[in-house]
Amino acid sequence: MNSNDYIIEIRNISKSFGDKCILDDVSINVKKGEFVTILGPSGCGKTTMLRLLAGFGQADKGEIRINGEDITNVPPHQRPVNTVFQRYALFPHLDVYENIAFGLKLQKVPADEIDKRVMKVLKMVSMTDYEDRDVESLSGGQQQRVAIARAIANQPQVLLLDEPLAALDLKMRKDMQIELKEMHRKLGITFIYVTHDQEEALTLSDTIIVMNEGKIQQIGTPTDIYNEPQNSFVADFIGESNILNGKMIKDRLVEFAGHEFECVDEGFGENVDVDVVVRPEDIYIMNKLDGAQFGAKVKSCTFKGVHYEMFVETDKGYELMIQDYNAFEPDSEVGLIIRPADIQVMHKERTCNTFEGEIVDETHVKFLGETFECLPQPGLEAGTQVNVEVAFSKVDLIDHPEEGMLSGDVYFLLYKGDHYHLTIMTDDGDHIWVDTNDIWDKGDLVGINIAPQDIKIVK
Amino acid sequence: MKRFFAQCYIWLLLIVLYAPIVFIAVFSFTESKVLGNWTGFSTKLYSNLFTGDMQGTGSLMLAIENTLVIALIAATVSTILGTIAAIGIHNMRGRGKQAITFMNNIPMLNPDIITGVSLFLLFVFLHISQGYVTVILAHITFCTPYVVLNVLPKLTQMNPNIYEAALDLGATPFQALRKVLVPMLKPGMISGFILAFTMSLDDFAVTFFTRGTVGLDTLSTYIYTDARKGGLTPELRPLITLMFVGILILLIVINIRNIRNSNNAAE
Repeated sequence: MNSNDYIIEIRNISKSFGDKCILDDVSINVKKGEFVTILGPSGCGKTTMLRLLAGFGQADKGEIRINGEDITNVPPHQRPVNTVFQRYALFPHLDVYENIAFGLKLQKVPADEIDKRVMKVLKMVSMTDYEDRDVESLSGGQQQRVAIARAIANQPQVLLLDEPLAALDLKMRKDMQIELKEMHRKLGITFIYVTHDQEEALTLSDTIIVMNEGKIQQIGTPTDIYNEPQNSFVADFIGESNILNGKMIKDRLVEFAGHEFECVDEGFGENVDVDVVVRPEDIYIMNKLDGAQFGAKVKSCTFKGVHYEMFVETDKGYELMIQDYNAFEPDSEVGLIIRPADIQVMHKERTCNTFEGEIVDETHVKFLGETFECLPQPGLEAGTQVNVEVAFSKVDLIDHPEEGMLSGDVYFLLYKGDHYHLTIMTDDGDHIWVDTNDIWDKGDLVGINIAPQDIKIVK
Repeated sequence: MKRFFAQCYIWLLLIVLYAPIVFIAVFSFTESKVLGNWTGFSTKLYSNLFTGDMQGTGSLMLAIENTLVIALIAATVSTILGTIAAIGIHNMRGRGKQAITFMNNIPMLNPDIITGVSLFLLFVFLHISQGYVTVILAHITFCTPYVVLNVLPKLTQMNPNIYEAALDLGATPFQALRKVLVPMLKPGMISGFILAFTMSLDDFAVTFFTRGTVGLDTLSTYIYTDARKGGLTPELRPLITLMFVGILILLIVINIRNIRNSNNAAE
């Protein structure tokens, strides 16, 4: 594709606040007229990215182009973009008309033209006859409509929306989603939409950019993102999913949950550790074991409106979530089938913890800012730089942070059918990944210990 | 019974507080030269005050004029300086912000006499001849912190995106300041201005030390000199009464404004 087709080109943008890295080498291209959603949990850098596009703040590194023009250092009032803020940010001392006309008056647009445009955008957001109202007398939904009208009155090439519906109630949010989509179609301009609500992203977008910890996890259409998540973070964040450890035995054959399954993925190699995702609605459940790939016992069954949500324990002891239109009684034996096309195989991001370390003496190694005891390391002199590997299951978590070598908190957790895979953020901001059968909650403070025999030193 | 005593206490307190002013006000309606002698009701002192038919009228009127001009200039300049300072402080982060806020509070707690003497020494040290200019500079100095104190809360209440929204819609930083920030900070700026104005009107100690020897008098220094010359000029009684009434009206206006503002905010 010719690069001129892109209205926004973001190249290798990095941004830190203090020593906290918010955006890490992010590159995004946006086509003209596209509805792009940046999706991620809070603190993933999505709002920072939007603010850089609007011009509030400077990137440490990288370049932003709009229409091929470098605008990295252009102040916000000279950029061809307008923003809809999360908390509306209407001017309380001006009425609805004056709020919308604010930008047009600055551009010295003739009065009758301003009149025409204000009426047009008010009609577009279904707020005709509200032009003389005081903005503070409006409801949240109405204020957000005025904020959108104010932004599009300037006829920007790109409209930036920073979680514009987050402050509205559910019903209003649904209505506004439909209206936004309709507005995007009518205006034909590019929308960059930031949200943490995956359903909103799936409903609205042409393209979704999933971000986490300042990095892009996946870019794709809503169906791509849902059906073919590229890693366990995306799979877990978008929709409900069963994420399990698996092994790619050979092309088109994968093993997980203690069974071998045919699948459609190729090119992973033989006997490679992978993550496997199966959506709960993609597991077929039936009363008989004949013709089933494997058996399971229903543990719980909850009515969810359209479907029933069941948790089953498989014959090999894995817990799976299943959604089906039919209810299966708890404690009943069922047979399960997973079709090859419904199995999504993903590369593992990592298979063990790897840290940079330094040998202190024969039986001690320093990494993550602490000195750990390790097995004797003959032939390595003090001061040698080494890599330290620790298996996920060999990291000990304890209740009392002060009793651990390191302390941190549970930052992210993922249930993998028969164990939890935790991401621990240490107090210094380093990550440690842990496999455990114990139940922890997000935000729990933990102490971290690693036994000497579990520290593997790699030169 | 408890309630009765509580009521009595309040009234006693109010009487003690307001008796001197009421005393002056009552005796402004009699002609007696000596305060405390009632020689019959008369509004002659009031008419003297306005027709200028009294001893030393010229210098009294000049003192009033000086007081008002100085207060007006000092309040205007400190409102501008204080608002800019408040915006600056609001945008600071962490320790620096705390330090500056703390430093802003010190001049308000400092006794006037110390502010006066230190400014006097500063002007002498810098060889600035003292007079009108030094008095105005001194008044700006002690008025500005009050404006900062009044404007800062308005900034904290404000949605931080509002200023950005103005920039986003095409306003230059200066236009955003003029068309969005200033109108939103106006209530704080007005109460800051009024406070600065009354602080300046009220001041004696700082003026006394910074007015130099050119014979500049404000109302407070005039009354001080007058009282030392032997007895208070009788016409000062109606003047004090009028000023009290004026300030009272001003305070009532400010209070009504505040009540209305907080009602708006509550909605």
